[in-house]
Amino acid sequence: MAKVIVVTSGKGGVGKTTSSAAIGCGLAMSGAKTVIIDFDIGLRNLDLIMGCERRVVYDLINVINGEANLQQALVKDKRVNDLFILPASQTRDKDALSKAGVEKVIADLKADGFEYIICDSPAGIEQGAMMALYFADEAIVTTNPEVSSVRDSDRITGMLSSKSHRAELQLTPIRVHLLITRYSPERVEKEEMLSIDDINDLLGIELLGVIPESQDVLNASNLGEPVILNQDCDAGKAYQDAVDRLLGINREFRFVTYQKKGFLSRIFGG
Amino acid sequence: MGLLQYFRQDKPKKGSARLAKDRLQIIVAHEHSFAARPTYLAEMQLEIVAVIRKYMDISSDDVKCEFSDKAEDDMSVLEVNVALPKHK
Repeated sequence: MAKVIVVTSGKGGVGKTTSSAAIGCGLAMSGAKTVIIDFDIGLRNLDLIMGCERRVVYDLINVINGEANLQQALVKDKRVNDLFILPASQTRDKDALSKAGVEKVIADLKADGFEYIICDSPAGIEQGAMMALYFADEAIVTTNPEVSSVRDSDRITGMLSSKSHRAELQLTPIRVHLLITRYSPERVEKEEMLSIDDINDLLGIELLGVIPESQDVLNASNLGEPVILNQDCDAGKAYQDAVDRLLGINREFRFVTYQKKGFLSRIFGG
Repeated sequence: MGLLQYFRQDKPKKGSARLAKDRLQIIVAHEHSFAARPTYLAEMQLEIVAVIRKYMDISSDDVKCEFSDKAEDDMSVLEVNVALPKHK
């Protein structure tokens, strides 16, 4: 049974696209045919993060308007089998993203054998964000341990439970997962940053993953490689854990406690 | 951090996370109670107040209309509170 998963947050810059790329990539690596759809109409960026920006010919709006078919618009990933991108349009006409149009694209993708349809939501609560979450079966709410991000995550969680297809038809509610990104155990230890428990208390959402603050994330986007492909780094491993949990595999949370560096390791590094 | 500052009392405060959580708890609870309100509520409140004032000579401040939707209750409550002045 195909699953539509929206990656959302309300606030911008918290790591929705990075997480969509990493999680979509991880799901495809598990052998499931996966597509990541960029819903950020007018501000396409998923293609850059995925490193396929030069191979984009048609986009989501072209497909909705019937100017191209799905096969023409889907960009196949060169590294991972079964991974595809459906880029956003660079047009500024956001009304082009109609409910009926999105519904048809998702139905066609399901008919095409896609098992995971990841909807990378734009920031805000406008049309693009609402369309990205409307048809979702599950949601990954991406949150930084920071006041404005937590508040916006709470708002978007409310919308997931009231403004979606599942809410309107009174079906089983969207299953909401929390993904904390840019987490710094050291700053939490110093009580300078909201802890995982604090965020859990505030939002009350099932925790899917905690991605540590890491230089490797910027490096990965510089290279146009989803960070999950770098399994030597903490962020990559943390995303892999999150993907495993999404697949129902039990994983301990890693990189969430601060190990104070000893005297020797401070001098010699490591 | 300079050596002098290190020994001073007013070095950067520890524990701003505590304050962040407290502030968030208040605003999130407030926004939840607001989100639970039906959209027609504001208009209905005005009409209720108008009807009461039609029969009673009271100021609009004497009529309070509160809606509460607490998670621990299994129902929402619309409370209309009319303060009647004595000897009138």
